[in-house]
Amino acid sequence: MKTARNSIRPWAVAVWLLTWQGASMALAAAYPHGALLLASPISALLRLGELVGTAAFWRAVGGSALRIFGGFLLSCLLAVMLAALAARFRRLRELLAPLVAAVKAVPVVSFIILALVWLDSADLPLFISALMVFPTVYLNVLAGIAAADRKLLEMARVFRVPLRRQLRGIWLPQVLPYFRAACSLGLGLCWKAGVAAEVIGLSAGTIGERLYTAKVYFQTPDLFAWTAVIVAVSVAFEKAFLGLVDFAVRKTGG
Amino acid sequence: MMELRVKDLRKSYGGVPVLENVTFTAKPGVTCVMAPSGAGKTTLLRILLGLERADGGGITGGEGCRWAAVFQEDRLLEHLDAMGNLRFVLGPELDEGAALDMLAALGLGDVGAKPVREFSGGMKRRLALARALLAPSDALALDEPFTGLDEENRSRAMACVRRAGLEKPVLLVTHDESDAAELHARIVGLK
Repeated sequence: MKTARNSIRPWAVAVWLLTWQGASMALAAAYPHGALLLASPISALLRLGELVGTAAFWRAVGGSALRIFGGFLLSCLLAVMLAALAARFRRLRELLAPLVAAVKAVPVVSFIILALVWLDSADLPLFISALMVFPTVYLNVLAGIAAADRKLLEMARVFRVPLRRQLRGIWLPQVLPYFRAACSLGLGLCWKAGVAAEVIGLSAGTIGERLYTAKVYFQTPDLFAWTAVIVAVSVAFEKAFLGLVDFAVRKTGG
Repeated sequence: MMELRVKDLRKSYGGVPVLENVTFTAKPGVTCVMAPSGAGKTTLLRILLGLERADGGGITGGEGCRWAAVFQEDRLLEHLDAMGNLRFVLGPELDEGAALDMLAALGLGDVGAKPVREFSGGMKRRLALARALLAPSDALALDEPFTGLDEENRSRAMACVRRAGLEKPVLLVTHDESDAAELHARIVGLK
């Protein structure tokens, strides 16, 4: 029996775009300012074209990318280091378990509002994206370390293979696929949480700020255009970063 | 020349004795540890390799002994090729010429850069043996190293083990009496 695949087909996308265009046109015809309620995909695309040509657009994209991807990278670094230590020291693992469970369970908006009390709004996206990514990367890397082949490690011990060579030959091929899976999940997550933090914290010079402005002034084409930008940037970063991780996986044979 | 003296070695798991007062001396040359399955042969090697602790008794003469081993399983890095596996263990000490000679002596001269995951069971076993024979060591622990080898490759592997026994103690676990006979080995029996 064939497995039902949830792949995206161009015809299905076209149907939904046409539905969206139709709904927007219907609202525009029914109400005097109906087009404001739901901008059409064409107007969103045209607005995106205008935005791309401005320096402010690239500043906002750069500002958000720097903070959100920076938070992601910092979180990865911290999560990998702590997972390595937690795999070695049971007490540290026990100590971190409630913290990780709490970060996973608490709604991101609670963290955003709480962090706003402590942090400058410019630092908020970095902190929130780092916080959201941490449990996924930490738990996956921990699982990867736990799944390392004990028999190979015993072999390395008997032959007195230095730690550096063990890292490259045994640990990296084992842990990198787990790390990759975590990054794939985490990259989407950090963009969603990071932009939410920018909107709530009104971080200056970011995509979130532009989204908020679009909402305040009822600029629905801008809203859709910026949303498309978020998705595109998030996918681009995911592809680029995972490409690097895949290269590392291939090099180490994981 | 290294001489390992094992005296009254005991080990039990959950109150069930596996090794009881095992005593023998391993000098340079091949010493075959022979016993039926489940009699503690592998446990004995694991204790000698420092991977398990004995409940009692002791080992003398092996202080600071550097072991090389063929384990019950091949324990190879499947994503690497033969030379990559040797390099993993030997590092900068790997002499590529000597490694190629050893691989050829074991009938692995034509494996090239093929990853180990594509090797047959017998090829993996011979590579595991090559790794143990090439690694710098004071003594060798070989756990059924000829398993899965055809007659020709078994003879090649035996010749290499015999040569290694000229320089250092080789402890070889087997349940095949013909191994001990062909290697002119001393025999240690486990109950």
